[in-house]
Amino acid sequence: MKLQLINEVNKVPLLLELVGLQGNMTRIKINELSPLRPRYEVPDVLVRDPPTTWLAVTGRDENSVELSLGDSGHKLILTGKPFRMDLLQGRELVLSVNPRGLLHFEHLRHRKDSFSDKVSSSVGSLWDKIKSLFYREEPKEPAPEGGAAGEEPEPAVPEDQESSEKSTKSEEVSDGPDRAEEELGSWEETFKTHTDSKPNGPTSVGLDFSLPGFEHVYGIPEHADNLRLRTTEGGDPYRLYNLDVFQYELYNLMALYGSVPLLLAHNTQRTLGIFWLNAAETWVDISSNTAGKTLFGKMLDYMHGGGETPQTDVRWMSESGIIDVFLLLGPAPSDVFRQYTALTGTQALPPLFAMAYHQSRWNYNDEEDVAAVDEGFDTHDIPCDVIWLDIEHTDGKRYFTWDTNKFPQPRNMLGRLAAKRRKMVSIVDPHIKVDSGYQVHNEIRSRGFYVKTKDGSDYEGWCWPGSAGYPDFTNPEMRTWWASMFSYDQYEASMENLYIWNDMNEPSVFNGPEVTMYKDALHQGGWEHRDVHNLYGLYVQMATAQGLEQRSGGLERPFVLSRAFFAGSQRYGAVWTGDNAAEWDHMKISIPMCLSLALVGISFCGADVGGFFKSPDAELLVRWYQVGAYQPFYRAHAHLDTVRREPWLFGEENKALIRAAIRQRYALLPYWYTTFYHSYRSGQPVMRPLWVEYPDDVTTFSIDDQFLIGNALLVHPVTEQGAQGVQIYLPGKGEVWYDVHSHQKHHAPQMLYMPVTMSSIPAYQRGGSIVPRKERVRRSSDCMYHDPYTLYVALSPQGTAEGDLFIDDGHTYNFESKAQYLHRHFSFASNTLTARSADSKGIFESPAWIERVVILGAGKPAAVFLRQPGMAETRLDFQHEPETSVLTLRKPGVNIGANWSISLR
Amino acid sequence: MLLPLLLPVLSALVSAVEVKRPRGVSLTNHHFYEESKPFTCLDGSSTIAFDWVNDDYCDCQDGSDEPGTSACPTGRFHCTNAGYRPQYIPSSRVNDGVCDCCDATDEYNSGFVCENTCKEMGRKERETLAQMAEVAREGFQLKQVLIEEASKGREDKQRTLAELQEGKKSLEEQVETLRSGKETAEKPEKEAKEIHQKKWEEQKAAEMAAREQARASEAFQELDDDGDGLVSVAELQTHAELDVDGDGTLSETEAQVWRGAAFPGAQRGAAFPGGQRGMAFPGGRRSPGGGVPREEAPEPQPDLSPEQPAPEDDYEEEEEEEGDDEESNEEEPKVARGGAVTWPSWGRSLWRPQSLQQSPHENLEKEISFDFGPQGEFAYLYSQCYELTTNEYVYRLCPFNRVSQKPKHGGAETNLG
Repeated sequence: MKLQLINEVNKVPLLLELVGLQGNMTRIKINELSPLRPRYEVPDVLVRDPPTTWLAVTGRDENSVELSLGDSGHKLILTGKPFRMDLLQGRELVLSVNPRGLLHFEHLRHRKDSFSDKVSSSVGSLWDKIKSLFYREEPKEPAPEGGAAGEEPEPAVPEDQESSEKSTKSEEVSDGPDRAEEELGSWEETFKTHTDSKPNGPTSVGLDFSLPGFEHVYGIPEHADNLRLRTTEGGDPYRLYNLDVFQYELYNLMALYGSVPLLLAHNTQRTLGIFWLNAAETWVDISSNTAGKTLFGKMLDYMHGGGETPQTDVRWMSESGIIDVFLLLGPAPSDVFRQYTALTGTQALPPLFAMAYHQSRWNYNDEEDVAAVDEGFDTHDIPCDVIWLDIEHTDGKRYFTWDTNKFPQPRNMLGRLAAKRRKMVSIVDPHIKVDSGYQVHNEIRSRGFYVKTKDGSDYEGWCWPGSAGYPDFTNPEMRTWWASMFSYDQYEASMENLYIWNDMNEPSVFNGPEVTMYKDALHQGGWEHRDVHNLYGLYVQMATAQGLEQRSGGLERPFVLSRAFFAGSQRYGAVWTGDNAAEWDHMKISIPMCLSLALVGISFCGADVGGFFKSPDAELLVRWYQVGAYQPFYRAHAHLDTVRREPWLFGEENKALIRAAIRQRYALLPYWYTTFYHSYRSGQPVMRPLWVEYPDDVTTFSIDDQFLIGNALLVHPVTEQGAQGVQIYLPGKGEVWYDVHSHQKHHAPQMLYMPVTMSSIPAYQRGGSIVPRKERVRRSSDCMYHDPYTLYVALSPQGTAEGDLFIDDGHTYNFESKAQYLHRHFSFASNTLTARSADSKGIFESPAWIERVVILGAGKPAAVFLRQPGMAETRLDFQHEPETSVLTLRKPGVNIGANWSISLR
Repeated sequence: MLLPLLLPVLSALVSAVEVKRPRGVSLTNHHFYEESKPFTCLDGSSTIAFDWVNDDYCDCQDGSDEPGTSACPTGRFHCTNAGYRPQYIPSSRVNDGVCDCCDATDEYNSGFVCENTCKEMGRKERETLAQMAEVAREGFQLKQVLIEEASKGREDKQRTLAELQEGKKSLEEQVETLRSGKETAEKPEKEAKEIHQKKWEEQKAAEMAAREQARASEAFQELDDDGDGLVSVAELQTHAELDVDGDGTLSETEAQVWRGAAFPGAQRGAAFPGGQRGMAFPGGRRSPGGGVPREEAPEPQPDLSPEQPAPEDDYEEEEEEEGDDEESNEEEPKVARGGAVTWPSWGRSLWRPQSLQQSPHENLEKEISFDFGPQGEFAYLYSQCYELTTNEYVYRLCPFNRVSQKPKHGGAETNLG
């Protein structure tokens, strides 16, 4: 459905498209009806044109139309004057669009022309001014256009007589046409020594939303702050602008390396999302009518039966582009995840090794150093899958090359790692040394693939190699060429076990404004950097991942780590939280930072274990290894200036603690892999805030020092220096949780005080779940491929449990293209554990078998029998520990792909 | 299941050439594993049927029931490595697809084929050992020579030192004789002067004391605004000249400090708290909402290209300073610096070589005091230097003296301690 909106003040017509999408979503798109030039619409983020649904007009009066949104029972009331939209379910108001009339659309205009009809302002100063300005609408004929299925097939909407604009608010009158002078900064702005020429003048857009009944909002990463968003009244709003921030501060709303413009709102009744698809610099202002109130004040309101409904108001503002908003209407958290990932894609299933432990540092000096570190892990019997090489491995920061003195035989080095079934990751950054002797530079230049200055010459900035060009990754031809650079014959010495790390892809420009690129730099198609900025990093990772895919003929799954990201980055690999520091607070904040990313689709997240800047003491390092062991991406990394910190350099005791933490990770790899598979399939986050699984338990809404992995494990790592114990909240009315180390049972809900020692990583398995493990931890995950499984069956108070396991070859796309996988389902009920296929489409032979079943919360049976189809029942040996109620079944020995049942009698 | 089928076949092969024992058990532990009896874990924790030994399931806490499989996290696998050295490896390396034992016995069921390299390795090791023996023999001979030289050299040096000390002693005696003669001659004059001096000082001290007292009481009255005979904090705060941190007001803390410092009997608070406050912190230079450019970062950047003013320089300065301190002999450079607070890098070589500042007998004493090994066999290293040239730096090691790193392409030398 299409409508026209008219700016009351300047008469500029806007086009509003309202589209119902399948899966309980609504899209609102607002653009100028006939802009001077096209405005940027973000490509390549949506995985496809979202399938639409029928919008039916169910009522109308002279100033409004009531539409029914699909079959979810949602209604939308569109009011003409003043323009607003209200979304209802039944009679309950769920969300309003433009309730404060802050719709804001700076139309494209000619310079120095006299219709300086409205306030326009540079984005930086936007917030100080703005009283918005736009209204009016004129319902037009139901768009006969593709997708937006208009209701009322033929008769154009009975002439809505409101074709004439109606002015509304008094305040905007004051901002009226008489206001002649252009706002300073509209056509040029200077920041420090940098000048932004703004050749297109002011182009910003904005819109506000209100969320009645919501007090908890989340998302819009990346910020070094708590999980729950705060209100930003009286301060700067949340900023989304990918930046390489040197030594970022914590509990701060400043922009960081990546951006995902998705905000989630949650209350006990429903969860919904607002996805603002815009890649320009974006600000999000959040206010709440309960923000200032104390709990006592709220109670008082409640007792007086009055007070207002709590409400959160959210206002979005972007520097350029169009308004393109997706309202994800839930209602459950899992629905919102499904809706968002239907738009932007789900988490790519990483190769198994990528979920294991990574050892990195800036820098491993040379081949001998790499060999010694590799050997060190074996000598000290600590598992490790990957050794990383930072920028010093290159010939003068020329990516795709090797320093021939330090790394004279990289192929041999990679071969030695491969013989240990280990991998290597090398860094390839998107800044290319300007050097006529450097083939990569010459090719990019001669093909015209560099980002250009506003004057059309190749843009040059300063980065690690000195003067550097920045390939225009928004150009698909450039990306294709870049991908081809990763083929084995192009990237010297590269082998199957070499994977890639893209750093500095915000992009980082040391001498640019805010350490990034000029906003008036030009990309393919004449788009300004301002339009595409937040998308650049995603494109870098996308092109690199495509390269790794292509070098194997499309068979192998890539692994690419990126620092910058945008909505949709989950399709291309992992991200990490950038250059943190060896401080307790930095370790602690890695939890909410990764949880926020998980909520917006990016599950494969981690923080530098040990902290990048500064050197951790042994206690902090050990604790960080413990925290990282339970976060999706597990990599130790360190700054060049820090002292060496391989796990064995802190004495025997600490080495043993670190080894134990890493081993816990490896034992749980089958569970991680299965949880990632679910994320890939259904968009559910791997690492989850508690409220996602316990949406009606208000206590969980602000918890961000503990989290869930999948729905079966709850972890509360120790993040306080010198901690003697931790307070753990175990959620779920009538549920039980089992300590994964002691197997002790705890009833929920409760706040549990757990005394801790240096070896403690408090973790609990939910009663009612089954978690598969591999308890033969070896030197790398690849070495564990054939190993047998142990099933941990944690019984609910009702004596039941359920779980699953996904297996494939661990590294190819065959699970997708040829259905070569096993998805097993396990359930325990009526004293019988049953294994069956969870997905009969998958067919795969695995040599792995089940060596042990551990049942938590079980009584002692008289006998245990294993039954397989077509075979006689066999008796299993078992052990029962009465104190902990742990029953261990010895060696069922069945293949992991087989159907069987075990009964306790 | 492949495993049960393969196991008997393989163990049959193995047993044909070796003493019959379960896989992964060493000859010394062989007697613990008797097929006819139940097996007791080596730690005594439990006893199991012998069928359960090496059945790929871990029953003993110490892993001793699975010497030949990867089932136990704490287990050990023994490779005989005939032709080379026998070895224990962790059980986790059995059948992990990586060849750990040179006799290839650790990979019997992983699908990976390892070659038996023990003979080759044994041969190599014997060659190496023979070579090393040869080197050791030559080295021993050389050592004898060096020891002899060292003891000769030491005798020479001690003799020289003794002579020098003897000479010094006689010179000192001479000085002493002369001085006592001088003192005797000057004695009457000195005594007269001392008496005079003493009187003069007594008189001066009395005058000073009177003046001090007058001034103190005056000052006290000035501070004691309310005339109660006590100086309160509030009274002190009216005196802006006592504002230590220069913030324009005299805080209570500052006032307390002055109260403590200014009056005898109240010696608390000798340190001034205001002085260290408000130090700049690194986050201060952040741009609004954004970042501080890395180029401004205090961190030294690696490998900066020549065009960029290298922050590395500052860094090295710092290192130099630290190095100097460690080098001890703190007084000596100060003298040479002539009181200069900082020393330009170009001037370093002028004062660095310590020997120039020292008299010959001090040098000798120092050299003799070093521990050159039980028989002085390392004495020849003294005054030797060795250089290692890498990509960017030249490293110089002078035993018993210093280690340094010098950039190849110019720049100051860094002492590595």
